[in-house]
Amino acid sequence: MSGPTPVTALSGRHLLGISDLTPREITLVLDTADAMREVGERQIKKVPALRGRTIVNLFFEPSTRTRTSFEIAEKRLSADTLNLAVSTSSVVKGETLLDTVSNIEAMQPDMLVVRHASSGACEQLARHCRSRIVNAGDGLHEHPTQALLDAYTIRQHKGRLDGLQVAIVGDLLHSRVLRSNLLLLRKMGATVRVAAPRPLVPVGIEAMGAIPCRTIEEALEGADVVMMLRIQLERMQNNFFPSLREYFTLFGLTSERLALAKPDAIVMHPGPMNRGVEIASDVADGPRAVILEQVANGVAVRMAVLYLLGGSDE
Amino acid sequence: MTYILRNGRVVDPANGRDAVLDVEVRDGVIARIGANLEAPAGATVLDVPAGCIVTPGLIDMHVHLREPGQEHKETVASGVAAAVAGGFTAVACMPNTSPVNDSAAVTRYIVDKAAAAGLARVYPIGAASVGSKGEQMAEIGELKAAGCVAVSDDGHPIRTALLMRRVLEYAGMLDVLVIDHCEDPTLKGDGVVHEGAVASELGLRGIPGEAEELWIERDITLAGLTKTPVHVAHLSTAGSLRAVRAGKARGIAVTCEVTPHHFVMTDEALRGYDTNTKMNPPLRPQADVDALVEGLADGSVDVIATDHAPHHADEKALSYDQAPFGITGLETAVPLTFDRLVHTGRIDLARMVELLSVNPARILKVPGGSLTEGAPADITVLAPDLAVTIRAASQKSLSKNMPFEGWTLKGGVAATIVGGRLVYRNPAVDGLEGWPTAPVQ
Repeated sequence: MSGPTPVTALSGRHLLGISDLTPREITLVLDTADAMREVGERQIKKVPALRGRTIVNLFFEPSTRTRTSFEIAEKRLSADTLNLAVSTSSVVKGETLLDTVSNIEAMQPDMLVVRHASSGACEQLARHCRSRIVNAGDGLHEHPTQALLDAYTIRQHKGRLDGLQVAIVGDLLHSRVLRSNLLLLRKMGATVRVAAPRPLVPVGIEAMGAIPCRTIEEALEGADVVMMLRIQLERMQNNFFPSLREYFTLFGLTSERLALAKPDAIVMHPGPMNRGVEIASDVADGPRAVILEQVANGVAVRMAVLYLLGGSDE
Repeated sequence: MTYILRNGRVVDPANGRDAVLDVEVRDGVIARIGANLEAPAGATVLDVPAGCIVTPGLIDMHVHLREPGQEHKETVASGVAAAVAGGFTAVACMPNTSPVNDSAAVTRYIVDKAAAAGLARVYPIGAASVGSKGEQMAEIGELKAAGCVAVSDDGHPIRTALLMRRVLEYAGMLDVLVIDHCEDPTLKGDGVVHEGAVASELGLRGIPGEAEELWIERDITLAGLTKTPVHVAHLSTAGSLRAVRAGKARGIAVTCEVTPHHFVMTDEALRGYDTNTKMNPPLRPQADVDALVEGLADGSVDVIATDHAPHHADEKALSYDQAPFGITGLETAVPLTFDRLVHTGRIDLARMVELLSVNPARILKVPGGSLTEGAPADITVLAPDLAVTIRAASQKSLSKNMPFEGWTLKGGVAATIVGGRLVYRNPAVDGLEGWPTAPVQ
């Protein structure tokens, strides 16, 4: 008897979030990224997969690493790319999100890579746009390519996702990286424990499949993967926690705490890091950290996503 | 002019009526109600379509008409056109216009616009504080003299406990109702939706139900202190209802209203980020919705009010967190109430009329709420079995921001009569063909 038909394409037109992907589609992206990674290792780092396609990177919110990663991925696939840093002031002036994007769509791009400070912005655009949309981070909602590159990095080191114990520690409330990772890791059979100061824990996080822990130690105990999230320094002024010093004391990842995880546990961070706030420097630079690998894998994973969404005609 | 509404089922709980009767209207006043009335010479006979119900005119005690200042969203004229199409013979409009209705000049402007439109009655609600800023008490005596029936800083809570106390004392002295938008602004923070699992999943900032409950407890305590009635606008949680029930049980004069969107939708509707699901207070989880329906049925909730809040399409086309709060409601309230409360057996027709007419008239102390002989003939004719498909395009409101597009509901409005004038006739209702084309004297 034959097994299930292999998945060879993504079923949706857009990548708005991990919630749109099935486990088989996630595996397809990761497998495709393997091939794409190999392109990056060649002397001539270019394939013609998206030749003749126009991709606009539409960033309503500043980002250097994600935009650069997408741009490199697009160029390696031979797409024509355009970067637009759209000031949110156009919205303040009265232009709606849709108007802004309609103007860009009038120039016939094939894909839009969109980052926006508002949750749901990509989903709202997808209802109206002809172009395919890749969510490069929408508000506090999702950052699917980050979760995919994290999963790729984990799989690279652990050989699997299923059955792993993953600890996610940091600003859970304001993190789109958390939401996408949680969705993905749960779909792929991993267990996710989370820890943060209570004011930074989203209400109902259990409903998303996370196991909340009161302390970082509880989350780290026996973990295969430790994923630290960035603390934005302005959170301190909003009384989510009293000081950066106390934050590090209670929730910072130190080598002593890391010893609670499995001996071969890897340490991840989506960047940019606050050394001495969420992570101690010796851990960030230590042998278990895979933080720069995450960045490198980001290009391969984004190539895979763009290829799978934009490489074929409708 | 004299006419008789013949053979309608008259549901008039204030007078203990629920029977098939005739209603004679003479010179804008209800002249007689009885069975098989003999038509006076020259009187027109309007047969009420089979199955239709004649009720006292519906009164919406919470709408936003946007004029002056935001006429691109709604004008007094378009708002009252929407009102009568929704079966409302009167509306009370909140003061968050531009400028804020904190002076007799603005009140009179609204009253004049309403008179010129000549459809539903409009009762302005004045601001409780100057500019609704929560600092200095507005000239409530002047507002009352100009036509305001209540005061509120709606859109914002009355900001400090001390100001609320003073407003209750002063407005109470003048027999002016105080209505509060109950929400602790510090606990709300920059929240845009109900704080809960759905908000967390969607990455939208939450407003806990407790932000409303805390404020209601404050207001009830102050109503007790001042021995002055307080009316809670758009109550939305089970905890809020518990607070109101407890206040009533202590003998405090607290009343409250619930909107149709809060008793028919949950925060699950946020999925998809349709900004027409963004309202304040936000859509709550099922347990709160169930509690509100229970409160509507058992008498704890006094009023169904729409919080009709028109916004222009451009504003609602912004991203979810940037779009304004609020939806329109005047033209959907009756179908939603019929379909979700009456036809499901949660409330009966008499209770529906209490919630939409008797109680708002009583709480605001305005005419209406009953079909009493000698009273102005404000009458709504309801078609309980009418299949209504909600279509924004066919609505009279200038703005079309509501999340019910395409919903098919059972129950609607057949006709609306204000002061004896037929001001709305629903062409979809069979049997009204012989009625004059609205509006007519």
